[in-house]
Amino acid sequence: MKHLYSINNLSKSEAISILDTAKSMAEVGGKAVKKLPTLLGRTVVNLFFEDSTRTRISFEAAAKRLSADVITFSAKGSSVSKGENLKDTAQTLEAIGADAVVIRHWASGAAETLAQSNWINAKVINAGDGTHEHPTQALLDAFTLRESLAPNQKDLSGLKIGIVGDILHSRVARSNVLLLNLLNAQCVLIAPPTLLPIGIENWNCQYSYDLDSQLAELDAVMMLRVQQERMNAAFFPSTREYSRDFGLNSTRLSQMKPQSLVLHPGPMNRGMEITAEVADSNQSVIRSQVTNGVSVRMSVLYHLLSGDAA
Amino acid sequence: MKTHLALESPDISRAIVRIAHEILENNKGSENLLILGIPSGGVPLANRIAKKISEIENRDVKCGVLDITLYRDDVRLRPARTPQETQIPNNKVDAMIVVLVDDVLFSGRTIRAALDALTALGRPKKVQLAVLIDRGHRELPIRPDYVGKNLPTSQEQSINVKLSEIDGIDEVEVTS
Amino acid sequence: MSLLLSKVNVYGEAAKDILVNGGEIVEIKSPGAISKADKVLDCTNKVLLPGLVDLHTHLRQPGREDAETILSGARAATRGGYTAVHAMANTDPVADSAGVVEQVFGLGEDTQLVSVYPVGAVTVELAGKQLAELKAMADSKAQVRIFSDDGKCVEDSVIMRRALEYVKAFDGVIAQHAQEGRLTLNAQMNESALSSTLGLTGWPNVAEEAIVARDILLCELVNSRLHICHASTRGTVELLKRAKEKKINVTAEVTPHHLLLDEEYVKGYDPVFKVNPPLRHLDDVISLRNALAEGIIDVVATDHAPHPKEDKETEWAAAAFGMLGLENALSVVSTVMVHGQNFSWRDVARVMSEKPAEIGRKPEHGQKISEGARANLCLVDPEVEFIVNAGTSVSLSRNNPYQGMKFKGKPVATIFKGNLTYQEGGN
Repeated sequence: MKHLYSINNLSKSEAISILDTAKSMAEVGGKAVKKLPTLLGRTVVNLFFEDSTRTRISFEAAAKRLSADVITFSAKGSSVSKGENLKDTAQTLEAIGADAVVIRHWASGAAETLAQSNWINAKVINAGDGTHEHPTQALLDAFTLRESLAPNQKDLSGLKIGIVGDILHSRVARSNVLLLNLLNAQCVLIAPPTLLPIGIENWNCQYSYDLDSQLAELDAVMMLRVQQERMNAAFFPSTREYSRDFGLNSTRLSQMKPQSLVLHPGPMNRGMEITAEVADSNQSVIRSQVTNGVSVRMSVLYHLLSGDAA
Repeated sequence: MKTHLALESPDISRAIVRIAHEILENNKGSENLLILGIPSGGVPLANRIAKKISEIENRDVKCGVLDITLYRDDVRLRPARTPQETQIPNNKVDAMIVVLVDDVLFSGRTIRAALDALTALGRPKKVQLAVLIDRGHRELPIRPDYVGKNLPTSQEQSINVKLSEIDGIDEVEVTS
Repeated sequence: MSLLLSKVNVYGEAAKDILVNGGEIVEIKSPGAISKADKVLDCTNKVLLPGLVDLHTHLRQPGREDAETILSGARAATRGGYTAVHAMANTDPVADSAGVVEQVFGLGEDTQLVSVYPVGAVTVELAGKQLAELKAMADSKAQVRIFSDDGKCVEDSVIMRRALEYVKAFDGVIAQHAQEGRLTLNAQMNESALSSTLGLTGWPNVAEEAIVARDILLCELVNSRLHICHASTRGTVELLKRAKEKKINVTAEVTPHHLLLDEEYVKGYDPVFKVNPPLRHLDDVISLRNALAEGIIDVVATDHAPHPKEDKETEWAAAAFGMLGLENALSVVSTVMVHGQNFSWRDVARVMSEKPAEIGRKPEHGQKISEGARANLCLVDPEVEFIVNAGTSVSLSRNNPYQGMKFKGKPVATIFKGNLTYQEGGN
């Protein structure tokens, strides 16, 4: 694996190896010394063109637990003002001697552009690019699902996962659809028609406009955050109507299988796509997702930075 | 390429029995003994040694697995490998007499990594090393406490330890 | 100085000897019949076309001389077999006054390489609010006949209607960049299953077609002349077909890149493939080829849009829209239409020279190759195969989407007002 800018960079066996290794990474938390020497002397740069405290600290913790040096480069720019030039930034990081670059960017494809450019030799990890992909989120979701629902399996076959909400703008959904397919799970995307992408018939998954009709079938449901800026852009009439049809509340949760799980990539709009009751229920694994995020990102860093001098 | 058998099944069995006795003799019994196999070849050997000691002593000797993948010093030189689960009985290494078990001792780098992996888990009273084959060519100041067989080799030769738990047969081949 | 084109296949047909002198074609005879000339070009197996005329060129001067100048763009034009280009109005300052269009026209004349005909802006500053002084530009030395806010759509229906009406007084034409703004807010590529996968905001075909449909109806209403810039969808083709059946005075152009490239090139996010309108689905590409062959689309125009390296060496969303076109347009048409489809060199002459000159009302170009005609000519090697090397371009920019592609057929010499302005291997 040369880079991780898309789930498409992974074969099934690589994806499983990342999940298996993440399990070993999780063990380090229980040891006397909560740190591994694996990436001692290596430099990981967090390159963030878009704010995301959660993802940044997760990668930071992951790199530090593997003994890597971590540099955070916050190059804020929006699609309106170009801000920091990606090429210049990349060349700066190259000069600093970065071994891996974790990039978060508002532009779809930015991670791939960086990886395929000759501006930098470092390994590129996509920490979310525009409305394209967020592969480590999908990997941590898969890890969470496997730990809880299929501990004796390598893949996720036999599971049916619903992804609910703003699929159209969701990089989490895109990566999850690819990974769930790779790991042989079934996937159903649930949203009003305005929030489902054009051409979804050709995606390798089912889709539905009706959450209630799907609940009984699902082993887990991933609730997506509805971005503030979508709320006034005619994707749905009102937050109240959205919440009524697509919000996850206790009544809906009770219609799901007893062992089914609730996931959310965070940050949540409590009361909008998910009620506080559901978020804090026993079936919610939202906090495990955060913990697992560190282990999975450790695993990804280890996989990318192994054998790079061979 | 030429291959010859250096050890056959009975040779391996005898070596295990001898090492078990030496461990007991050296440590004056099996009190606080913890036998840890290093994956992959060391794990079945550790199990066999522990079983033998248990038989001799007529008590269960603790035995586990110590994975060293994430402590290696050649991460940059080899593709990523999935670590195996480290298993320590009762999660306790503090004050134990740990015997690390591996199939072949070569450069010594694996053992150095194992010492780091062990240190991350706690503070054993003593650490000893048992290997089935010592083929020489040490690159670090490490020496085994218990050796099944010394097999002087050249750098170019390769040694293939087959164990019935993994390979379905017990034998040691040298290929040159 | 007289120039003899010996044994040249006129329009790809029978070989002739052609003598050029004093800016005109003075003699056309059977091969070997003309013996005296100051300079002789052996044109065996070469095709002679009237000099190409581009209706849609961004020369960037004034304002962005780092991307292209009138001189560098004119050089690129000669390499492409062009003897006339229409310089788009979206310069800085905008070509929305007689002063700016005369300046551009004058700089064009100075090159002595091609005729540079400025396109005038439809509205002041391309802002879509107030008509520019169209008549003043028409009456200026530049004799502007084509008006366009290209790069921006004239969205206001009333402004569009008035513009169409107003230019009737001087036989002008409004060239519309058909793009409905709200449907293409932040749009980055063709809207499709692929745009969904790539996470790039889509640009639906209907955003073009809605404007084309409206403008055809407006054109019919006021009985004026409408030209559709860079048609890119099969829906636009259908609308054009219906309009032509109803004898509405609408013409349309297609770019070389929309004839050749489809949206699949966007995979990988290389901004060299970012263009407005976007590269479409292969079904659209095929529909455009057929429409060109059937005459539903009238002309090929390059939409040559130079951008400096820094505007393309970025994240996709931050990159500028546009591609180079002048130097490779004929090769694309040769490869796709002549060698790939049942398209003759007479057809090429029609869509790349005669018809564009007619739409722009520039009778000194696109003339039939005959004795007494202006010697604006383009000589083509129809069979040569070559691989595009963007690095050898004479444009100041390098945003060439055809880099590394193999084409068949290319211009080998260009004659403007009787003078060789380009000869392959020459200077």
